[in-house]
Amino acid sequence: MTGYILKRLLSAIPVLFGITIIVFLIMALIPGDPATAILGSFATPENVEKLNRDLGLDKSLVQQYFIWLGNMLTGDFGTSFALNRPVIDEVLERFNATLVLAGTAFVLCSLFGVAAGVISAANQYGWADKGITFVVLLGISIPSFFLGMMMILFFAVNLRWFPVSGMWPIYGDRDFGALISHLTLPAIALAVVATGVIARLARSAMLEVLRQDFIRTARAKGVDERGVIWRHALKAAMVSIIPVLGIQAGFVLSGAVYIEIVFQWPGVGRMLVDAILKRDILLVQGGVVFVAACYVLFNIAVDVAQSLLDPRIKT
Amino acid sequence: MSLFSFTRRTLLASGAAIALTLGGVGGAAAQTPPGVLIVGQIAEPKALDPAAVTAVNDFRILMNVYDGLVRYKDGTLEVEPALATDWTISEDGTEYTFNLRDGVVFHDGSAFNAEAVKFNFDRMLDEEHPFHNTGPFPLAFFFSAVENIEVIDDLTVKFTLNAPYAPFLSNLAYPTGLIVSPAAVEQHGADFGRNPSGTGPFTFAEWRSNEAVVVEGNPDYWDGAPSLQAVVFRPITDANTRTAEMLAGGIDLMVEVPPVALSQFEGDLYTVHEQAGPHVWFLILNAKEGPFADVRVRQAANYAINKEAIVNDVLEGTADVAAGPTPPAFAWAYNPDLEPYPYDPDKARELIAEAGVEGAELTFYVTEGGSGMLDPVAMGTAMQADLEAVGFDVKIETYEWNTFLGNVNPGLEGKADMAQMAWMTNDPDTLPFLALRTSAWPDEGGFNSGYYSNPRVDELLEAARAATDQKERASLYKEMQTIVQKDAPWVFVANWKQNAVTSDRVEGFALQPSFFLLLDDVVKN
Repeated sequence: MTGYILKRLLSAIPVLFGITIIVFLIMALIPGDPATAILGSFATPENVEKLNRDLGLDKSLVQQYFIWLGNMLTGDFGTSFALNRPVIDEVLERFNATLVLAGTAFVLCSLFGVAAGVISAANQYGWADKGITFVVLLGISIPSFFLGMMMILFFAVNLRWFPVSGMWPIYGDRDFGALISHLTLPAIALAVVATGVIARLARSAMLEVLRQDFIRTARAKGVDERGVIWRHALKAAMVSIIPVLGIQAGFVLSGAVYIEIVFQWPGVGRMLVDAILKRDILLVQGGVVFVAACYVLFNIAVDVAQSLLDPRIKT
Repeated sequence: MSLFSFTRRTLLASGAAIALTLGGVGGAAAQTPPGVLIVGQIAEPKALDPAAVTAVNDFRILMNVYDGLVRYKDGTLEVEPALATDWTISEDGTEYTFNLRDGVVFHDGSAFNAEAVKFNFDRMLDEEHPFHNTGPFPLAFFFSAVENIEVIDDLTVKFTLNAPYAPFLSNLAYPTGLIVSPAAVEQHGADFGRNPSGTGPFTFAEWRSNEAVVVEGNPDYWDGAPSLQAVVFRPITDANTRTAEMLAGGIDLMVEVPPVALSQFEGDLYTVHEQAGPHVWFLILNAKEGPFADVRVRQAANYAINKEAIVNDVLEGTADVAAGPTPPAFAWAYNPDLEPYPYDPDKARELIAEAGVEGAELTFYVTEGGSGMLDPVAMGTAMQADLEAVGFDVKIETYEWNTFLGNVNPGLEGKADMAQMAWMTNDPDTLPFLALRTSAWPDEGGFNSGYYSNPRVDELLEAARAATDQKERASLYKEMQTIVQKDAPWVFVANWKQNAVTSDRVEGFALQPSFFLLLDDVVKN
């Protein structure tokens, strides 16, 4: 097992190296440069040239790439010129916020998605199944940013149960309750689509398992229906549900970009959008590399978990 | 029925399930405290160092923390004393001697004096200055005419310019001219932008990244202590979310309300403020080649486009029709005799026929959005329809803002016949000097992307820049506007009115024509 993990980690290195080249090239190739973005109407060729020199952007692309890569290997991600602070501080702080939001949404969609799928499968073609299938279809069909805006209208503007935006109150204690009240709407808005997807897949995985012989055996031995469904069948179905959860975790993470913008959540997605518009090259590059590295590691973790759960997957 | 007014019963029904599961978590939208003004900003500031920033969004905070030597008189774009009590200008217009206000201290306790003034401008302009490395200072060229700064005595300072430069005083009133504490720059170095110290009505308290910048009232302010205890600037980049925060009571003052959201703020609970500013929205016409090389066709474009309809229908009344190249907000320099080109498609067709360019193909550069560009795609489509109605064949090319500038600023030759553009400036000199003179053609480093050239206009602008008497400058600018309107190097479209909304708990707020946000006279109950 240690060998397998090590092998996977080593194979991630060329992937990350490729990502640094791609993100660097994209930022170099898209039109517009930071000096023009900063100067706006005042971007005379002369001013642009001077500012680019001050920003260290007058070197050749190859030089710029290796300086950036070299600095990054020593842990120096550079300084964001739109925010005037170290890229790594900004990325870590923002990634933290995204993890809170996406993590909560992931827990919500895993719990509710799997539960809905199981209940649906256990009552195939019954009223509960039809009801859940309908709600799930609805959930999958609503774009999350639209749902987010509607939730703000209902629960924040009209009912005033929750704050409209942000992660912490501007005044008052930054305690757990304050976080939960800020987190509720965006986490639900973000979780809805993934919940639907997971529910559908969990339902079919369960139906597959429920047709198998060991379930009939369990029933024949007198295990009560609840035990059959939740202990025997679900455990077997989890093998095909877990990879879906892994994929959905990626979707939740990328879906967080929209939700972060609608709810002004100070996360890494919103940061990247702002940074791209401002041509804040180092922040975009540092942010993308960091998120990509986390995603690669997460994928390895999912594969490892699956191989632990299902010995048929060769390590 | 508007989107925001649901009956309580519907809402309760639909929200009941969630209410049950969440129990006691609700009730989160607390009232904002009295004496503390919460401002919904459009973005996170870059830095709180006035020499280092370029965005209006950052200026909104800075103008409340710092003072300049001079400032704009309330409600105007005319310069009045601030940290300088008075000044004299030499006969030839190259020496400005300022007498400084006595007894002013920076928020960090250090004294404001002539040395501090010299430090500020040397830091920006002198590459050898020990703190020049706290930049870059993108707008330092505002003061590129400054050759030397001399400390005469503790409270007297003299600026020597390399040539007469009339906009110098208004540039000092611009945020780039705000005076920072040298002691704080020495202490914090490149981190000064996060540890600002000035002499203004509010002192910096706290900056929580991506959440809020908090400033507190300065009880010792030389111009009278503000009544607000504190101001909190919250960055809320999404305009819909900003609107929702305002409706939910999470902010007290919202800037840049989207035109479509204005109707939400009718009634007694809110006040909508509007103020025309030094902004002009125009179309650059390529006067070097193609149909617009003929002045009659340029005038025809001005007649053909229905500016009233654009301003009222596309922009929902958030702008006025522009008459010429200088916005009316520059009251002293504006020529009130100019009438906007009327909407007259028949006249346009006549001129086009005279010039013999019926059915000409036009390439039209449109941007997706950018600083001061308002609603460029919708405006561009309306203009396309108007121009096609008089017989042109208009092809739109749309670009993202940075790409757009990269295409337009080097000149339209060989690429396009017309391009959208908007400028916000602080002096009537800036825009025409940089965008209408012959020696401002792109290959000479200017913004005259349509290659307009009229020797008389060149003369007038050079003379206005050298004149130090405001009356004399005014008459030169007025003549320039008359000529430029007739020559029509641009289609003059709109002057934006900036807007803001305050809640009924806010009193004493007014927008300024400078587009700066001044909060020292604001009261919150």
